[in-house]
This record gives sequence, structure tokens and C-alpha cells, in this order.
Amino acid sequence: MTVNKQNYFVYLPWRGIVFPVILILIWQLIYLAKIANPVFLPSVFAVIEQGHRLIDNGQLWEGLKASLYRDLVGLSIAIFLGVSIGIALGVSRLAGKVFLPTFNTIKQVSPFALIPLLSFWFGLHEPAKIAFIVVSSVFPIMINTYEGVRGIAFDYVEVGRVYKMTTFQLLRKIILPAATPSIFRGLHLGVFFSWLGTVGAEYFFTAGAGLGNIIVDGRNSSRMDLVLFGVFVIGITGYLLNIGLSYAEKRLLHWQIQKQ
Amino acid sequence: MSETLKQEYQRDTLKRVKLPNFAGIFSIKKLMNLTIPFIFPLVLLGLWQLASDKGWIAEQILPAPAVVYQSFLDLIDSGVLLEHLIGSLTRVGIAFVIASILGVGLGIFLGISRRAEAYIAPLFEVYAQTPVIAWIPIGLLLFGISEKLAVALITIAAIVPIIMNTYKGVRYISKNYLEIGNVYAFTRWQTIFLIVIPAALPSIFNGLRYGLTQAWLTLVAAELVGIDRGIGAMIVEARNLFQLDIVLVAIITLGIVGLVLDKLFVLVERRFLHWQRRGL
Repeated sequence: MTVNKQNYFVYLPWRGIVFPVILILIWQLIYLAKIANPVFLPSVFAVIEQGHRLIDNGQLWEGLKASLYRDLVGLSIAIFLGVSIGIALGVSRLAGKVFLPTFNTIKQVSPFALIPLLSFWFGLHEPAKIAFIVVSSVFPIMINTYEGVRGIAFDYVEVGRVYKMTTFQLLRKIILPAATPSIFRGLHLGVFFSWLGTVGAEYFFTAGAGLGNIIVDGRNSSRMDLVLFGVFVIGITGYLLNIGLSYAEKRLLHWQIQKQ
Repeated sequence: MSETLKQEYQRDTLKRVKLPNFAGIFSIKKLMNLTIPFIFPLVLLGLWQLASDKGWIAEQILPAPAVVYQSFLDLIDSGVLLEHLIGSLTRVGIAFVIASILGVGLGIFLGISRRAEAYIAPLFEVYAQTPVIAWIPIGLLLFGISEKLAVALITIAAIVPIIMNTYKGVRYISKNYLEIGNVYAFTRWQTIFLIVIPAALPSIFNGLRYGLTQAWLTLVAAELVGIDRGIGAMIVEARNLFQLDIVLVAIITLGIVGLVLDKLFVLVERRFLHWQRRGL
């Protein structure tokens, strides 16, 4: 079996689009047949109309820009913290033993439970939102980095010792490359959770620009068409963020894929 | 029996009698392994106590450990904490069962049928990347603030890793297993139940474990919406009254109960997969 066939993105082109189109047709038929309450299930065209309006008045781009900026700042901090702490825990057996059980417990606490603390510490605006994104996404990145470093074959490290590498060289030339696939697994989760954190922060902290505010506006004015458009944009953006990371991964790890 | 053989026999049986290894139980290494996980939390606790003693951090921003401990005891004594915890656990339990049944079913379907995969997997991929928060307004407009809303939200989030892992586990089953099925002339259903599902079981359990964690993490978000019973509800109420000590009690409870749930799941998983471990 070739590598290509294992990746179901290959199937995306036509069959992957047929199914959603059928669902949308069924939705529109239900609307036309007036089976469901139109307040809960608006016409497909009403949703498109809302999208048209938001694109025309520039609210969509503004929201998209604000959300992506927030997301990327938070994610960058989380990646920096997660990867460096993960490597430290993986390299030092003692550090792993001391800190990992605590981190595994904290991991079980929903970031949403921290909202009251974060709002008391960082206020209700941008810093609190970014802090929320960081705590949402740092743990999966850290744990996967740790597991990647921990799982490195002893032989690799031994090769480094034979070449009399310094600790820094060992880290850069052997440990980091060998742990990269696992780090990327963490990054995929990190991208997902930072996007969840972004939308969550926009939903639960004070209002400001952002995609989350489209759905909050829709909720406040009880406009299902506006909410549905917001959900659609949020979902697609999250999907594209992940695709972007997969693309970067493929470029960075091309040596690995060839090996298979 | 000759004398030497007898001696050898005695020596052998002596070797086989295992004395309880008292030294092992109290060995320094084991003691260290037991205590090391607690060092870091204790250091944090010490710093926290020190900070509140010296007044580095205002009481309104971080209450002293003693205050938090006292409200912890009060909440246990009055049964309030247990009441909220039961509410939350019930919610997570119901949602997890629904997500498990639907998720494993859909995952197997996607993994077995190439056609289903081609049509549904791309849409599922977009769904999987949609944050659960985005569904809150839809749920609110459909159900209002209700138990249904909370359970639906938790299910929406927990089902993703369950589907994903089941699907991957079934999809990438070793071809050799399927060939054995062909040799025995299994029917389609026999192949599914006797080969595909057992072979994918480790992956399915992995998905269920992530699903449970995901359910526990989503719980609070689902309860922040305005449910009146549950750990999340406790947090909302405490936040409105500026009682950060109660918020901290809730956070600590979430961490400990979440950890216990995860460990319990691993125990169940071991019971189900013991044959697998022995085989290797």
C-alpha cells in the first residue's frame, strides 16, 4: 500500500463534497416543506445572505483577522513553553519523575474552570484571552514532546556519544529530529485546542473583535442564520489551520515519509 | 535416592520458596518513587503559603491555602460539593455512553466501507476541527438552558476522538488477519465480529480513553452556560460572589476526580485487553 492511499485527504475532491451538498439539499427541502420551525432551521439562502452581509460590511475579515492573530500569539507561546518543558522533562529522568504527575493532574482540569482566576489575574481583555489560549493548548504539546524525547531509541543517542557531541549538539542533531514526529502530533492537538481556546475566550470573556462574536451576536439576537454562518466559518478556519500544519509537516518531515 | 540428589532437591525447593521481601517494600527506591510525585505540589503549596503570609499576593487575587482548605472542608461537610459532583458525573456518564455507542459504531462503519469513508470522512474532518464552543449558541436556541444542552455539548466533543481512533484502528488492520478470514470462508459479519473488532480493540479503547478525558474537559464549558447543579455551576456562582477559594476547591476537585476517572478507565481497559498483553 502506498503512502498516498493511507491519506484520505486524497479522496476529498468530489465524493467528499457530494455528501455535504446532499445534507444541505435535505436541509433546504425540510425548510421548504415547513416541517421544522423556521426560527430553528432557517433557509440555506438566509445563511448565505448573512454571510454576504458580513463580508460586505467588513465584519467578517475584521473578526477573522482578530481571531487568527489572537490564536497565533497564544499558540506560539504555548509551543515555546510546551516544547521546551517537554524536552527538559524527557531529557532529565528526575525532572520527569518530579513534574510529570503534577502536570498529568493539571491536564485533567478544564481550562474553562480557570476563567474566574484568569479574569482576576489578567483582566477581561486581550491578555486574559491569550493566557486562556495558552493554558488550553500547552499541555498536549508538552506531553507529546515529552513522549517523543522519551521514546528515542538508545542507539541514536549512542551514535551521538561516539561522535563526542556536546549536550547542545546532541539536542539539536539527534534528540530534536528524532522527536519531531511526536512533537507534530502534539502540535496538531495544540492547533485544535488553541482554536477551541480562541473561540472559547471570545465567547466567555468580554466582547471584542473576533469570529466568536459573530455567534454571540447571533445568540443574543436569536438569529439562527447568523449563528450557523458563524459556526461554518469557525469550523472551516479550524480545518484550514490544521491543513496548513499538515502541509508544513510534510515539507519538514519529507525525509521521514520517504523512509516508509 | 542418592545423597547428592537429595541435597540438590532440597536446595531447589528452598530456592523456590519465596520469602516475602520486606526489604523490598521498605526499600529507599520505592519510598522515593512514592514520594517524588508529591514534591512539586508541596513546593507549590509552600510558595503559595509563603506568598500569602508575606502579603505578596492580595487575598482577593489568590486566597491563602488555609482559607481554601477550610472551604473545602465546609463544602464536604455540608454535602454541597458531593451534590455538585454527582450532578457533573451523571452528566459526563450519560454523554460518554452515548458518545461511545455512536462513536464506535460510526468509526467501524467508516473504517470498513471505503465508500462511506470517501463520502463522509472529509466532512467528519471539518466537524472534528470545529470547537465545541461554536455549537453552544445553536444548542441554546434549540434546547434553551437545560440538561439536554449540557449532555449534547459533552457528547459532541467526546465523540470525536472515539470515532477517529476506532476508524483508524479498523481501517489499518493487518491484511494477514483478513486473509485468515478468507481462508475460513467467513461471512462479512463473521469477519467484522471475529476479526476486525478484536484486532481494532486496542485502538478503540485508546479512543474511548481520550473521549472520556475530552468529556471531562468539556463538562465545565457545558455547565458554564447556566446549569444550576454541577462543578461548573459551582464555579459560576463562586465567581459572581468573588469567592475565589470556592473556585480553587472546584479546580482541585476537577483535577483529582479527572485523574481518578482516567486511572479507573485504564484498569477496565487492562481487564478487557489482558489477552493482548499476554500474547506479546
